[in-house]
Amino acid sequence: MIYIFQQLLNALQLGSIYALIALGYTMVYGILAMINFAHGDLFMIGAFFCFLIAVYLHLSFVPTLLLSMLGVACLGVLIERLAYKPLRNAPRVSAIITALGVGLFLENFTLALSPYPQHIPELITNTTWNFGSLSISSLQIIVIVLSLVLMLVLDFIVHRTKTGIAMRAISWDKTIVPLMGVPVNKIISLTFAIGTGLGGAAGVMYGLAYPVIDPYMGIMIGWKAFICAVVGGIGNVRGAMIGGFILATVEIMVAAFFPSTYRDFVAFSLLLVLLIVRPYGILGKPQPQKV
Amino acid sequence: MKKSVILCLAITLLISTVFLISCSKNDPNTIKIGVIAELTGDVPAVGTSCKNAAEMAVAEINKDGGIQLADKKYKVDLIIEDNAGKADQAASSAQKLITQKNVVAIVGPNVSRYTMPAAEIAESSKVVLITPWSTAPKVSLDSKTNASKKYVFRACFIDPFQGRVVAKFTLDNLKLKKAAVLYDVASEYNKGIAEIFKEVYEKNGGKVVAFETYTTNDKDFSSQLTKIKKAAPQIIFLPNYYSEVPLQIQQAKRLGINVPFIGSDSWGSEELLKLCGKDCNDYYFSTHYAADAATPATKKFIESYKAKYGSTPDDVAALTYDSFGLLLQAIKTAGKNDRQALRDALAKIPQYDGVTGSMQFKEGSGDPIKSAVILKIKDGKFVWFANAKP
Repeated sequence: MIYIFQQLLNALQLGSIYALIALGYTMVYGILAMINFAHGDLFMIGAFFCFLIAVYLHLSFVPTLLLSMLGVACLGVLIERLAYKPLRNAPRVSAIITALGVGLFLENFTLALSPYPQHIPELITNTTWNFGSLSISSLQIIVIVLSLVLMLVLDFIVHRTKTGIAMRAISWDKTIVPLMGVPVNKIISLTFAIGTGLGGAAGVMYGLAYPVIDPYMGIMIGWKAFICAVVGGIGNVRGAMIGGFILATVEIMVAAFFPSTYRDFVAFSLLLVLLIVRPYGILGKPQPQKV
Repeated sequence: MKKSVILCLAITLLISTVFLISCSKNDPNTIKIGVIAELTGDVPAVGTSCKNAAEMAVAEINKDGGIQLADKKYKVDLIIEDNAGKADQAASSAQKLITQKNVVAIVGPNVSRYTMPAAEIAESSKVVLITPWSTAPKVSLDSKTNASKKYVFRACFIDPFQGRVVAKFTLDNLKLKKAAVLYDVASEYNKGIAEIFKEVYEKNGGKVVAFETYTTNDKDFSSQLTKIKKAAPQIIFLPNYYSEVPLQIQQAKRLGINVPFIGSDSWGSEELLKLCGKDCNDYYFSTHYAADAATPATKKFIESYKAKYGSTPDDVAALTYDSFGLLLQAIKTAGKNDRQALRDALAKIPQYDGVTGSMQFKEGSGDPIKSAVILKIKDGKFVWFANAKP
């Protein structure tokens, strides 16, 4: 019983990070119907910002987190303006190729600066509490709580503020909304800023939980987060959160009860089955093609 | 119609000129040796050590004008290729060195999973390949017949030996009879040594209570470690690369696992100490040589490496240096700048005393028989602890 609880805790930690990254995919898709494949690498940049700030500026955890988020958000907006905006009316494939290109650029840029894996110093002193055979570390709690707070804030912005209404309106119909006086470009930039900023936050938290970072760290986790977004129903903010926790739980539980070699195989087979049953994801709605 | 014919002709001409230029740079007064190293990718410290040691070895050879063969002195021309931590790039680097650069021999790659494709190409092109650090047995075995490859040599011991050393050390010296293993199932080296460890350990009275896997690039091991914790081992064997081990140890500690860890030669980079900090103190691992318990010849190598690069050479550097020593001796014996003669001379070397100790070669095999050492990590330093004879 304690064993299952311990594994659930592990899943919660991993799931929070997946969910934060998945949010970035889903927000951009929701508003532009475009998959930002550079998102995993922006997450990696977030971790590297965290490393640079912690090592060279010696700031404590909260300013490091905020500065990294801000840095990645700015980078996200810059990428949107330079790389994606000129292609907004181009065929969708062009945008996807551009996104992949931006991702490769970020990876290789970081690689050119430092090919070595880097170690993020301990920003928070970690303590582990033992309850019988159950171990809970303060880091685990921080990662989980902080991600939940960020997700709640985002949910509030999207569903309860004017900006959120504008975002949802743009994702509903891009031609009519500007006629209603909504500044489309500004809202799109803001969406990018929030989405990539959350990716940056995920990078920082990932860096704390798994303190060895390298330029390739964003690839695999980016793919997994993308899968989370699809499973939850891409374009749906709450779906991305649910998707993140589902994938993490499945991954951890498969490794917990089967030989760990089968982990990815079983986890992704289950997700395939889920997509067969619900092709639009858990919270996604079928979108009829307009003819 | 005519235009397109002219265009085709022009393109063909252009391509063949480029090809000719790239091939014609064949200076008869040099001996070309290629190096394939992991300069970028998941273990860049390995490639950097290899490159540094190679450059140092070649500089020493060229200092006195090069290698004296029958007619004149030949300088060594070193061509370094990056395999970027990818198996396909290791293969294309080998291809490039052999067909375009016309090297007489290749040193590297170092990581077994990258060496295997490069070794296949070297074998089929009949070019000598010496790998400094690949310990997986399959590297030097023919993939079809399972016989020894004719053109593939190495400067290090192989995993059946290393696995036995670690298993015996755990049982006899540490007296721990319940072990767990966590290894990368997608990597040839990690998988091979984990399986050998299990076999030897259980044959000699130990018990492997958990045998867990992950795949390359995973960063979260919490599920596997929780499972290991439940199995309550007395020690955990981590035959994984230096960039992964710190994460595994830190996560284990966070999950309240308080047993010691033990590792293999993939731990032996200074980078491990930087990434792991005090978390890795007091653990043991097996490796190729101990910088602090060196013989005079080894000390000389260590001193000049330190003077040149400002850090203690790790095992990859020392083994690369030995690979060049082997090559040098073989070229001298062969007496000419020729691939086949070099291979025949190399195969006839019965014993070579390098900076990583004495290696003996058996007839028909490129795998040396040599001893291993056990190092202990103490206050952020690698300290010699024990020797293990073959």
